[in-house]
Parts: sequence; C-alpha cells; structure tokens
Amino acid sequence: MRGLIEEDYTTQEGEFVINIGPQHPSTHGVLHLKVWLNGETIIKVQPHLGYIHRSIEKMSESLSYRNFIFATSRMDYLAAHINNEACALAVEKGLQIEAPPRARVVRTILAELTRLSSHQLWWASTGLDLGAVTPFFYAFREREAILDIMDETCGARLTQNFLVPGGLMADIHPNFQKRTKEVLKQIKENFKEYDELLTENVIFQNRTKNVGILNKQDALSFGVTGPTARASGLSCDIRKWAPYSAYSMVEFDEILDEGCDSYSRYMVRMKEMRQSVNIIEQLIDNIPEGDFQEKTKNVIKLPKGDFYQRVETPRGELGVYIVSDGASSPYRIKYRSPNFSNLSVLPELAKGCKIGDLVAIMSTIDLVIPDIDR
Amino acid sequence: MNRIFLYSFTEMALYIHKLLENAITNTVLLQITELAIIGVTLLISLVILCFFLGWMERRVAAFMEIRLGPNRVGPQGTLQIVADTVKLLFKEGLTPNKSDKFLFNLAPFIVVTASMLAIAPLAFAKNFSIYDINIGVLYVSSVSSLSVLGILMAGWSSYNKYSLLGAMRSGAQIVSYELSVGLSLIAIVVLSGNVSLGEIINSQQNGWWIFKGHIPAIIAFVIFIIASTAEINRAPFDLAEADQELTGGYNTEYSGMKFAMFLLAEYINLFIVSAMAATLFLGGWMPFHIGDWESFNKIMDYIPSSIWFMGKTFIIIFIIMWFRWTFPRLRIDQLLNLEWKYLLPISMVNIIIVTLIAIMGWHF
Amino acid sequence: MFLKNYILTVYRSVKSLLTGMKITGYYFFHPKKIVTQEYPDNRATLQMFDRFKGEVTMPHNQNNEHRCTGCQACEIACPNGTIKIITKQEILPDGKKKKRLDTFVYHHDMCTLCNMCIIACPSDAIVMAQTFEHSVYDKKLLKKVLNAEGSKLMEGVE
Repeated sequence: MRGLIEEDYTTQEGEFVINIGPQHPSTHGVLHLKVWLNGETIIKVQPHLGYIHRSIEKMSESLSYRNFIFATSRMDYLAAHINNEACALAVEKGLQIEAPPRARVVRTILAELTRLSSHQLWWASTGLDLGAVTPFFYAFREREAILDIMDETCGARLTQNFLVPGGLMADIHPNFQKRTKEVLKQIKENFKEYDELLTENVIFQNRTKNVGILNKQDALSFGVTGPTARASGLSCDIRKWAPYSAYSMVEFDEILDEGCDSYSRYMVRMKEMRQSVNIIEQLIDNIPEGDFQEKTKNVIKLPKGDFYQRVETPRGELGVYIVSDGASSPYRIKYRSPNFSNLSVLPELAKGCKIGDLVAIMSTIDLVIPDIDR
Repeated sequence: MNRIFLYSFTEMALYIHKLLENAITNTVLLQITELAIIGVTLLISLVILCFFLGWMERRVAAFMEIRLGPNRVGPQGTLQIVADTVKLLFKEGLTPNKSDKFLFNLAPFIVVTASMLAIAPLAFAKNFSIYDINIGVLYVSSVSSLSVLGILMAGWSSYNKYSLLGAMRSGAQIVSYELSVGLSLIAIVVLSGNVSLGEIINSQQNGWWIFKGHIPAIIAFVIFIIASTAEINRAPFDLAEADQELTGGYNTEYSGMKFAMFLLAEYINLFIVSAMAATLFLGGWMPFHIGDWESFNKIMDYIPSSIWFMGKTFIIIFIIMWFRWTFPRLRIDQLLNLEWKYLLPISMVNIIIVTLIAIMGWHF
Repeated sequence: MFLKNYILTVYRSVKSLLTGMKITGYYFFHPKKIVTQEYPDNRATLQMFDRFKGEVTMPHNQNNEHRCTGCQACEIACPNGTIKIITKQEILPDGKKKKRLDTFVYHHDMCTLCNMCIIACPSDAIVMAQTFEHSVYDKKLLKKVLNAEGSKLMEGVE
C-alpha cells in the first residue's frame, strides 16, 4: 500500500499532470490513474482506487456459508465461476468433505471454459486498446458460444453461481458435452485467425515488444501472479503447484516466457488459451458417473479455525481466507485478489514509456477493476 | 442512344451557362450568379458525399467486423447518418469555460474551409472541373496542409490537455508526412512533365501512370496512399484523435455541429486524397484502355467519364477504410520512424529512378 | 548487409499487414458469416435455454392451486432479502389450525437470480422462468406477488 499512496511528486518545468480515468475508454472500468507527463513521456503513474468498492468482504460476514458465494461473482466478473469455486473449496476444506468426482471434473471444465472466455475478452480489449477495433468482434463471436454453454448448464451467462459447498447446484445439461466439443472445434480453427490478424501484425509487435519490462525480481516482490508473472519467467501456476478440483487428473503445460515485456505477456495468454482447450479435451469425454453433490447439512457450520484456499483465475492467484468462530456465518473473510497486486506493479512498468504504451501495458496486465476494489 | 451515353457534365454546364447568358446581360452579375450556383451545388454535393461516405464507412466496418451495421433508418440504413446529423444539430455547442473562445469557434471552420478549397482543381469528368488551375498539384498539396492549422487551433484553444496532446501529435505528423506525399506527387509530375491536373490526365490517354511508370510508379502510389492516410489523420495513423489514449484528442471538447464539422472535414479530406490518387496514378476520368484492342477500348469509352472517376476514387476510399478496420494504431515515435526511416528514403530513391526513367524515355 | 536487412524488414512488415487485410477482406466479401442477431425482430423465434434464470415464479395448476406451504425456507436462503413471505392461520376441516401461505412477495428489483431459493424449496413450489424482458417505467412494478388471487395449497403437498 505504501507505494500507492506516497506523497505527490512535484511537477518540474515542462511537466504536467493528466488524469486518466475514472471515466476513460481504456481503463476498463473506474480506475483512476494520475499520470505525470513530460510531453508524451510518462514520469510517474499513481493509481487511485476505491471507486467501485462494495465491501463484499464485510457483507459476507453476515451471510451464511451457502450464501456468501454468490457475491464473489461480482469481484472478478470475467471469471465468476472460478471465484465461486475458490469459495466453495474453502468451505469444503472447513467441512472436511470433498466434492464427488463428477462435480470436480465438471467444475474444472467450467473453470477452463471461463478461462477461455476471459482470455478471449482480454484479447478483444487488447486489440481495442491498441486501436484495432475488429479483433474485438472476432473474439466476441467465440466468447458468445462459450457463454451459451454456461447459459445452458448454469442458467446465466456471466454470474453463473452454479456451485454450492459440496458440489454443483444441478447436474450438467444433457447437451453440455456435445455443445462444448462443437465450440472447441470452432475455437481451435479460429486461433489461426487471431494470430494472423493481431499477433503477427508488425504494428502490434512494435507496439508491445520491449515495452513495460517486468523483471522476475520485481514480479516476485510485488506479488504479481498469473500470466503477468509467468511472462517474466516466474512459475506460479496454482493448478500445477497446488492442484485442486480435477487438475491432478490432467496433463498440461505451465506456460512460461522469459521475455518480460508486453509481448510475452500477450503470448503467454495466447498459449494458455490453447492449454485450456487441451485440458477440456482431456476431461470432456471422461466425466465420471455418480452424484453431483455431496450432501451437506441444511445449515452449514464450520468448525472453529481458519481455512485458506487458493485457485488460479485467468488473472492470477485468488486466495480465500475464512476465519470461523463456529457460527453459521464466517467471522471474517479476506480475499487475496490477483488484480490488486498486479495493479501495484503498473507504476514501475509505465515509467519512461509513452502514453500509448501505458494503455498497452494496462491491457496486457489484464486488469478487472471490480476485483481490485471488491 | 448515342446522345444519352455521351451526355456529360460539360454539356450540362454549357447549357446552364447559355440559359443564364440569355437571362442576365450584365457580365459581372452573370459571373457572380454563376459563382453562387457553383458554390451552392458544391456545398450540397459535398454534404451528400459525406453522408454517403459516413454510411459507407459504417457498413464497411460492420461487414469486416461480422456485424450488420446501420440498417434501420432508410433503405439499408442510408439515412442513418442524416438522422445523426439532425441529432447533432439539436445538441448544444458547448464552449469550455476557460477556453480561447474566438479560436475555439473558428477552428472547425478553418478545417472545413481548407479541405473544401482543395476540391477546386479536381476533374470530376471529362473537361469538368471547377477551376483547372495550371499548378493544380502544387495548389492541392499546399491547401490541404492548411487543415493542420485548424487542428492545432482547436487543440490549443480547448483548454484541455488531451486536446493539446492530440493537436501536437497531429502537427508533428502532418509536417513529416507532407514530405512523402509531396515526393510521390513529384514522381508523377516528373513523368508527365506537367503540374496541371488536366494535363496530367491528358497525358494518361494511352495508359495510366501506374502502368506506364513501371515499378517506381507503383511504389510512389503505395507511398502516396500510406502517407496521405497519415496526413488526413485516419487509422492506423489517427494519433491525433486516439480514442483509447486521448479520448478523442483535439476534438474532445467539441460537441454539436462544431464536432460534425470536423467529421465533415475528415470525409472531404478522405475524398480529396483518394481523388488525387485516382487522378495522378489511375488516370482520373480516363477510361481503361489496352493498347490495340480497338473494340475493347470502344466499349470502355461508352462508360461515362464521371463514372470512371468516381469508381476509381471509391476503390481507393475502400482501401483506406480497409486499413482503418484492420490495423492497430502506431505509437508516436514509431509513426515518425516510419516516415523518416522508411517512407522518405524510399521515395527519395524512387524519385531518382523516376527521373532517370523520364529522361531516358523508358516509360511507355 | 544493412540494405538486405532493411529490405527484408520492409518485406516482412508489408506481408504481415497484407495477411491481416486478407482476413478482414474475407469477412467483408462473405456477408453470410455475419453473426448479428436482430433482437427485437427475432422475438418470435428466440428460444431461451431451459435453465435460464429470468425471474422467480410460482406455477399454479388449472384449479388455481400452488405447492407453496409457506415454510419460509426460500426467505432464509435468499442472500439479499428479495423474498418476503406472509403466512396466515387456517382452520382445516378436521379442526386443526395450520400455517398457510397468505402472500408471497418477490422484489424483482433486488433479486440477483442466484437460484438459492429454488434449490432451498422443499416442495418445488417456485421455479425460474425464462423471461428476460423486465424493463418497466416504474420501479414499483418490479415488486411482485407470486401466488395468484384466491389460490390455495395443492392437495397432498405438506
């Protein structure tokens, strides 16, 4: 926190301050960046937070262990299912039960579909931030198909809330497997299009290569996680290091890149999309039969103590820390959100860049503002 | 039948001229009346042209982005842009509190005037141009660079740092890219040995310069298209507006009709550079002829010259729109790199080759 | 060497740009690939998924009977106080007093459509409807009473 609220920098001769946000097209929400500029060159960036704080943590203290899960969909709204999964896993840890195999596999498939759709939206907005409007629509075409899968099985497109402690809310829809396979086939074909349209484009490469260098040491000390850290060569994939749900059943690669710049952050995400497809393909035909839900008591009470569960969201490590005093609602809940730590590294990356680069860096860090403020 | 086919704008203009001559005997009055008629016709046709270009841009963008685009107001959405203009007419033209009010209100007019001036020497059809000045190429290239004044004015007077940044970007950009535009124009001037647009078109009777001038002419054409896209501030060179970085750049503070004027100027400029490219490289209103193919050439001659001109112009407009809806935006230093490290050296070498070709008479 | 690199750079750049233009050009000349749904026009054919969570409703049968016993499980399960159940005492034919549903108030404007009430209901009295056009001019219209006028509990539901 100290780095974020250090005292204001005094403007020198020829320098000026502009406020990017809270209403700005490329902050993807209500983030406010105070930027000191010398001409086009950035001297200092200072993020101001709190415009969309809804006190989800405090609110959860008055909700039961079944009910607080739904609120986390509103944190990282692009990965609502993974947020829900983290909470459900934390409560299950407290209850010392485990979801049945069927539920775990379905959770993993849905989580990877969420990751795919989130990365697609990220790809869309990266193109948009760099001035190419067309990729946005191409990515949304596939994202729409994924959201249709969500809609059919979970009943909602964005804030699914399909999980309860102990498993799933309902069994998967009969069409689930068929539809998922169709969508994956389409997505795999379209990856080539993504590459030709944006990745290989010389303007795009010039805009992102050697821009916003985040070295491994900084990534570690700022607590950066997810694809942003993996692009600096920092291995931090929770799915590999502390497998949860069905990740121990599948084989996949943790994507690492040593490039440290915006382009390698971009490439890590592009390759992660392919890995997600790979994971889903391994699981989709092997959904075990059986219950989709472990029976829990009507009123869930966690034993006294504290429980921590971390998961890998598309943006990094999400930690859910529950302190229980034995009552039917948590005593205290703390979310360790990936975007907050990832944002804290932005002032370091943007120093000395141009304004156009700031936008490129922000989009390759892939910030979701409601997750920062919660 | 022949009469209808060959009916051209020239005859229409002469007919009107004769009518007026009979009605008004005073020569000064006659001249003023004719100028007024030309002015009004020009304004109306330019506005209609901009409506069309606005519609075309939206539809082209939509089709490239696998969506439909405006298709509700009027047939195929053609009247959508009219509806938008009416909306802009009703909007309040805000002037920011601490802005330089005089310059702020003047800027859009300068931008529009500068782009409208450049339309004078363009030949829309056979022997049909408003004023075929004998230094047409020079005139167009100098007048079209006036619009940067208006943009700088708008950015400076808005009292907004985003606007100022956009205007400064635009200044640097237009000053650099003028060079490449000029050099690629000179390539054709050297080949044809003339600076009058009418004469340049006449010199392409037996073939367009892009074919006659071998590869150097093609290189000059490509450079002209790239550099003029930058000169008229269109993506991927739209740094002066740069929605995602500067939230609109120099026109951030403009609203209502003043904002619409910037749009109008943008589309007129788009039309002018495309028309210039069509005139200089693709033979303006000249039909497509192939050497000795007498009957083929005859058929081509039957297509009216105005259609030839408009067809070529709109193909180039489409290409420039195609750029816009495909590429990401460049960064300001990369933009200048592209000009000073690539376009300028290439066009300089190109000029030498073109001069050699012209002196040795190697072109067809 | 420098010249060769220079020309190669120009060649590669132009090639990458043309590859991009090929894709947008392909879609421009294939309007059949357009994915836009013209929403208000396709109302007649628009089919929502059967699990789509639109709003909470209470199905009644042809005798104007519902399955809600007024047990308030949904009211407890709701995370944000969307449901308010008012019960009444009813004297059954055999003389016993029994708690019965009087009014089922559903605040649609507060509902997050999380499905918790549906899975909490022991008698399957409420279900999610697939409607999604909920906009109204007055917020008061979003406060709904789910049990129909004069309806009563279905036989055999406890």
